[in-house]
Amino acid sequence: MNPIKNEFALTFVPNRRAQIRPAPGVQAAVDGALARYHGVRGALLPVLHAVQEQLGYVPEDAVNVIAKALNLSRAEVHGVITFYHDFREQPAGKHVIKMCRAEACQAMGAEHLIAHAERVLGVKLGETSADGSVTLEAIYCLGNCACSPAALVNGELVGRITPDRFDDVVSGLYALGHHNEVAA
Amino acid sequence: MSQNTNELVVYVPCDSAAISVGANKVATAIAIEASKRGRHVRIIRNGSRGMLWLEPLVEVATPSGRIGYGPVTPADIGPMFDSGAFSNDPEHEPTDVLCIGLVDEHPYLKNQERLTFARVGITDPLSLDDYIAHDGYKGLHNSLSLSGTDIVTQVTDSGLRGRGGAAFPTGIKWKTVLNTPSAQKYIVCNADEGDSGTFADRMIMEGDPFVLIEGMTIAGIAVGATYGYLYVRSEYPYAIRTLNAAISMARQHGYLGNNVLGSGKAFDLEVRVGAGAYICGEETSLLESLEGKRGVVRAKPPLPAIQGLFGQPTVINNVISLASVPIIMDKGAAYYRDYGMGRSRGTLPFQLAGNLKQGGLVERAFGLTLRDLLYTYGGGSASGKPIRAVQVGGPLGAYIPESQFDVPLDYEAYIGINAMVGHGGLVAFDDSVDMAHMARYAMEFCAIESCGKCTPCRIGSTRGVEVLDKIIAARADGQDAAQVKLLRDLCDTMLAGSLCALGGMVPYPVMSAINHFPEDFGSAVRRAA
Repeated sequence: MNPIKNEFALTFVPNRRAQIRPAPGVQAAVDGALARYHGVRGALLPVLHAVQEQLGYVPEDAVNVIAKALNLSRAEVHGVITFYHDFREQPAGKHVIKMCRAEACQAMGAEHLIAHAERVLGVKLGETSADGSVTLEAIYCLGNCACSPAALVNGELVGRITPDRFDDVVSGLYALGHHNEVAA
Repeated sequence: MSQNTNELVVYVPCDSAAISVGANKVATAIAIEASKRGRHVRIIRNGSRGMLWLEPLVEVATPSGRIGYGPVTPADIGPMFDSGAFSNDPEHEPTDVLCIGLVDEHPYLKNQERLTFARVGITDPLSLDDYIAHDGYKGLHNSLSLSGTDIVTQVTDSGLRGRGGAAFPTGIKWKTVLNTPSAQKYIVCNADEGDSGTFADRMIMEGDPFVLIEGMTIAGIAVGATYGYLYVRSEYPYAIRTLNAAISMARQHGYLGNNVLGSGKAFDLEVRVGAGAYICGEETSLLESLEGKRGVVRAKPPLPAIQGLFGQPTVINNVISLASVPIIMDKGAAYYRDYGMGRSRGTLPFQLAGNLKQGGLVERAFGLTLRDLLYTYGGGSASGKPIRAVQVGGPLGAYIPESQFDVPLDYEAYIGINAMVGHGGLVAFDDSVDMAHMARYAMEFCAIESCGKCTPCRIGSTRGVEVLDKIIAARADGQDAAQVKLLRDLCDTMLAGSLCALGGMVPYPVMSAINHFPEDFGSAVRRAA
């Protein structure tokens, strides 16, 4: 008999988060991603990309399932999600505008353009508008440095942006109301 | 083949820089206008020629060569049809204002030495036939009849050094992997081109993906690696699509797989997508990321060549390094080595960016000067104001003042002025630039992108921002000498004490800004303490 009383064993309650059952949509997206990369070495990034592509973000209830399937701890998965700028823990706005603020774009007035964008959209860099219509973010180099300033608008690259051209792009987004259309 | 005299071949680039300024809309407009007028026009989506200020650059094939027009907007297409621009009649004299004449004769292109970029802008990037018709896969054919040691010797003799920035001799890296016995070795291509002012990797991946695939295949055959990973940053969605399409074509045609061109040797590869972390351009951090982990830098040794991806011997090279191998294996080491100066052999695709009239890609042998690039090619600043500072080599490269514009672009000469050639990107700033602001930005960028493993980089960068804020706040009354001294000490610590080049080199832009442009940090020394 062990004379030492293991209080921890008596009082241990598994972490609530470890028991979260994912919402059905989340479960389906995660299952799809895991099936697609089954047996691939170093699959975590591709899996997270696939989940985010489906859902627009990596929800908290996906973490546990991914961790289990890849034989990782939740901390490891959480660590990767938070390390990389691309992965979101919250859904983004309907439209996502990423403005480049690296040196080449700065040399062509990116800081002024970003200030203009913040005024037009009514949000600061890193924020999503209250109605969820747009997320404005900074990005560091899009490899379009000879056509600066540049931005990524719903995944489409836009170059030589003036404030007027920015306004055109934005009004194009709101008028069309769907993704992948950029007024160039 | 019977030539339809009515059919006209027109080139509109599919390079993402061209698309970012409307190339897709221009291509659509040409197709619509042609069908309206009952004309047969075949539109080929080529890579970009690298004259990016002219994008979208439309080229019309004529018997005397390709005639260029740019920058073209969809609204120009109707008038261009009216003026006869879309004609392959050799007698036709182009009158359109956008006409730049024969593209190959344009001084910007004519005065280049295009080895690595020989095909970019000329061919259809996703046509394997085009690639082969323009000397593609000759290097691989030659390599397949050679031993691994012979290939490595060729690459070593060519003098090729890592084009990602560190300039380590490529052949020596390969030799280490070749001589490290292992059941599994890997080739990893570092396509995490995160440096501002650089886009050569992207242009190769979008404009000539097969050359990179061929280069990786040769590397695999040389060192005995059967699998490769192309780690591409997520900011390059077009490059990712092009590479994936090219890889499946190469596989279909026997250029990749278990039996490369019937040689009995195996090599295959896949694209892996980064996730927006600048640090993953550092080779050990990239390997961590490929393994599915946080992109935290590894201590060296062990070198990746001995214990790299999944603990196996790994060649990890930049896109341009690997894409330069096919021409070396095609034309021989001496052909490549004959370009360049000193210990910087061959050519470097320089990338002209920022505030320049004629931004773009200029591939030249080492040894030309910044002044040449900025004025002869770049045409001076876009704003018309004097060029005050040029950052060479990305966000960790030094700011070069005009007094140093005549130093030859050569790895060693640049080290001699406490600068670096790096990946060959240069970002020009006119005289409206605030160099204290740029120094602060360098520290801020380092703080955002630091992986957090070593203290000098993780904490030093944040302290650097704070010190620069104090200097900027005080500068109206003169230079805050105590804070400037603190900044110099901090840079010294980061330079000597950081684990990798991020923390170790961010002092270059900061110190060059303060050394060459002290007036932006407060003109006179205000107080000692």
